[in-house]
Amino acid sequence: MTKEKLVVIGNGMAGCRAVEEVLKRDPDRYEIVIFGTEARVNYNRIMLSPVLAGEKSFADIVINDEAWYADNAITLHAGRAVTAVDLEGRKVVAEGGLEVAYDKLILATGSDPFRLPLPGIDLTGVVTFRDLDDVEAMVAASNKPGARAVVIGGGLLGLEAAYGLARRGMAATVVHLMDVLMERQLDESAGFLLREALAERGVETVMGAHSEEIVGQNGQVTGLKLKDGRTLPCDLLVMAVGIKPNAGLARNAGLAVNRGVVVDDAMRTSDPAVFAVGECAEHRGNCYGLVAPIWDMCRSLAESMTDGEGVYEGSVLSTRLKVSGVDVFSAGKFSGGEGCEDIVFRDAGRGVYKRVVIEDGKVAGAVLFGDAADGGWYFDLMRAGTSVTDIRETLIFGQAITEGLSGLDPNAAVAAMPDTQEICGCNGVCKGSIVSAIITQGLTTLEDVKAVTKASASCGSCTPLVEQVLKLTLGDGFKEQTGPKPMCKCTHKPHSDVRKAILDYELKSMPAVMQAMEWTTPDGCSSCRPALNYYLLCAWPSEYRDDKQSRYINERVHANIQKDGTYSVVPRMWGGMTTPDELRAIADVADKFAIPAVKVTGGQRIDLLGVKKDDLPAVWADLNAAGMVSGHAYAKGLRTVKTCVGSDWCRFGTQDSTGLGIRLEKFLWGSWAPAKVKLAVSGCPRNCAEATCKDFGVVCVDSGYEIHIGGAAGLHIQGTKVLTHVASEDEAVWVIAAAMQLYREEGWYLERVYKWMARVGLEAIQAKVIDPDQRKALYDRFVFSQRFARIDPWAERVAGRHTEEFTPMSRRMEFVPA
Amino acid sequence: MNAHVKVPVWVDVGAVTDVPRRGARRVTSPRGDIAIFRTGDGEVFALMDACPHKGGPLSQGIVHGRAVACPLHNWSIDLASGEPMGADKGKGCTPVVPLEVRDGRLLLSLLMSVEAHG
Repeated sequence: MTKEKLVVIGNGMAGCRAVEEVLKRDPDRYEIVIFGTEARVNYNRIMLSPVLAGEKSFADIVINDEAWYADNAITLHAGRAVTAVDLEGRKVVAEGGLEVAYDKLILATGSDPFRLPLPGIDLTGVVTFRDLDDVEAMVAASNKPGARAVVIGGGLLGLEAAYGLARRGMAATVVHLMDVLMERQLDESAGFLLREALAERGVETVMGAHSEEIVGQNGQVTGLKLKDGRTLPCDLLVMAVGIKPNAGLARNAGLAVNRGVVVDDAMRTSDPAVFAVGECAEHRGNCYGLVAPIWDMCRSLAESMTDGEGVYEGSVLSTRLKVSGVDVFSAGKFSGGEGCEDIVFRDAGRGVYKRVVIEDGKVAGAVLFGDAADGGWYFDLMRAGTSVTDIRETLIFGQAITEGLSGLDPNAAVAAMPDTQEICGCNGVCKGSIVSAIITQGLTTLEDVKAVTKASASCGSCTPLVEQVLKLTLGDGFKEQTGPKPMCKCTHKPHSDVRKAILDYELKSMPAVMQAMEWTTPDGCSSCRPALNYYLLCAWPSEYRDDKQSRYINERVHANIQKDGTYSVVPRMWGGMTTPDELRAIADVADKFAIPAVKVTGGQRIDLLGVKKDDLPAVWADLNAAGMVSGHAYAKGLRTVKTCVGSDWCRFGTQDSTGLGIRLEKFLWGSWAPAKVKLAVSGCPRNCAEATCKDFGVVCVDSGYEIHIGGAAGLHIQGTKVLTHVASEDEAVWVIAAAMQLYREEGWYLERVYKWMARVGLEAIQAKVIDPDQRKALYDRFVFSQRFARIDPWAERVAGRHTEEFTPMSRRMEFVPA
Repeated sequence: MNAHVKVPVWVDVGAVTDVPRRGARRVTSPRGDIAIFRTGDGEVFALMDACPHKGGPLSQGIVHGRAVACPLHNWSIDLASGEPMGADKGKGCTPVVPLEVRDGRLLLSLLMSVEAHG
């Protein structure tokens, strides 16, 4: 009996795998001819990244060598492209006029890398990352000493390309359009860790970057110009912005083609003799670019071609990044969704971030960074739709722990551990040593155990186990930890630990803090985010970029929200002094914008109430034009400095209290603090400016200045305490600035000065601001910070900063029936 | 005789990326302002821009997880359901506005008055 003729177009992973699957089922049925455009045998394309990185050779990644073709009597036309398919005549036409007839045809033409239509695309040195020729071109470019590479595209392929080039000694920069790397697979936290890990491996990343033009000289690429005006110099430019199915041949032949060649569940195209598999195929509207679905497709194709019933129902995807030492796994719904619940685990010591998304009691997706060993397990649970309700508590710790503890309550599990079982991996402490330390040294708290044995003293991930050991050993003698209160429900760490870590570990972004401090939520909450934003701003005034979305509305729009959603606007009146011109400008603004209420505040300035949000920039523009700036009446920061008229006018005045008040306000304004800060300066002990109920107060006396601290006159009424007495106005300013800086550095977010003082003690504050060296250091840090803070937020917004905040989105009509 | 009837239509209000991550934008409508939220994970939601408590403009609140904290009294509102969370659960609900994303554009379903001939 003569064999049926099978022609395969495509000598890549899909084409050859399809042939293997067919041969496995019926080795004698077909006479097989394979066409491939690359002049080489079939190799594992997904392993090109390690080849580029020099971690594997081409020989290592060959899947089928020449012997395989010979043994299976397969005719391989390598380096010969098929130019047409004749469906009527059942034959293919290849380069050079070769015609081959078929009974069955498999299209496995794969995909083409997408090339951005940028000017300069045809310059030498602009490559894609698809086949061995591309890899060879990249390796050749990397051989030039000091060569630089830019990769457009921060997806899987682009990152692997950049990593490979960096391994080859090139300075590699990835330019990504979005603000998260691999945003289709990773959430922000994992994307942040990935950026850091890549930076450690010599790959820089530029986020939110729009490419404009590829620039070159004498036909050779020299750089990539971005829309923001920057040009990144390079000798090699790799485009890795995605792939598009290679369906041209099928389209010309008259087969049904959408994005890819349309196939049914048996992988059959619109012509029953023609099949398609791999990246060129479109199944139920999906085109796949990963290898696992291709294997699934090939199995079902082989079934259909050997009289079986091939049913491919689409694939659930998972992704792993192939960068040495960077474990990244992603599958399913990695960023939650309606009705989903997140379980987050972070281990700062090991640089691990895990997020498992649960929906209807089942795993709906997972993102793992730093430790992806359990990726396969989560993926299996997800695909099988297994209920995880019973193992929810331990799920995030992985398969080994979950299965080890299943059926046991945690107490029993710990009790069952042998004494030699290691509990704290960081410090190598086993259960036996903890138990004996507890008994012999009479330890009763977690802190004791930490101090004596170092168990749980590093990354802290074994803390619950150590607590269990304590409970078991002490029974009723166990005391729950009553340490400082955690910042919020997202973390176990108190404010002071977080502030200290920001400085000690030089944490300079919110994701960095959340990772290092092991936040249990992906992106914090409305109570920790504003606090972290302030802590970072205070620690790194010149580097940290304020996160608008982590600020309360008043600080975001520089006005105070009122009960009806309108705002109140308070311009600064330095030391409570004003002029007829300023008053006239305020009156004009009130008229022009029909502002319903104008009120004198307790802080000696004027409040314009009932301003519509959309009017805010215009109101500020008019106030700015009259020389006024924001009064920060909304700020966790310096509010106002109230004064009396002092020695200028008052017959009792001992010093120029108004002048000092103005000087202080002009020096301190714009500074952010843990909570609001109010000052007052009184010219004599009669204290008309009420300086003794302010956060900081000055009472002028004949011999100089009494500096007060820690008053309150709100929910809580409290007179100030005397911080110190100084002889000159300069010293008064130094002491207050130093005390202000100390409060900025030590206060917990939303903790007013009087509460901070109660917590740390007046003496501790005095010691630091009176000692000349410490005072000078605090003062200098405050002055440095003020270089970045003393900017009128109104003027910035009038000039166009954050205009989107003040303009509603526009409605464009589109009459599509809903 | 002609009569005005209300029909739902899809209205394009801008690109998904016009709304900052962990932020919100307002859209004016004849029924009152609508707030469009975008979470840190990039999901988008639309609610009427009024807290069920005292009508606070939710578009001005801090977006955290899949919730927004009302700027007036810090009630947390679930972005998907419009319902208050935590201690305030069960105390009213902010209407959800149907929202779809097509090709990166935000489409709101709004009731529009059209003339019907009959």
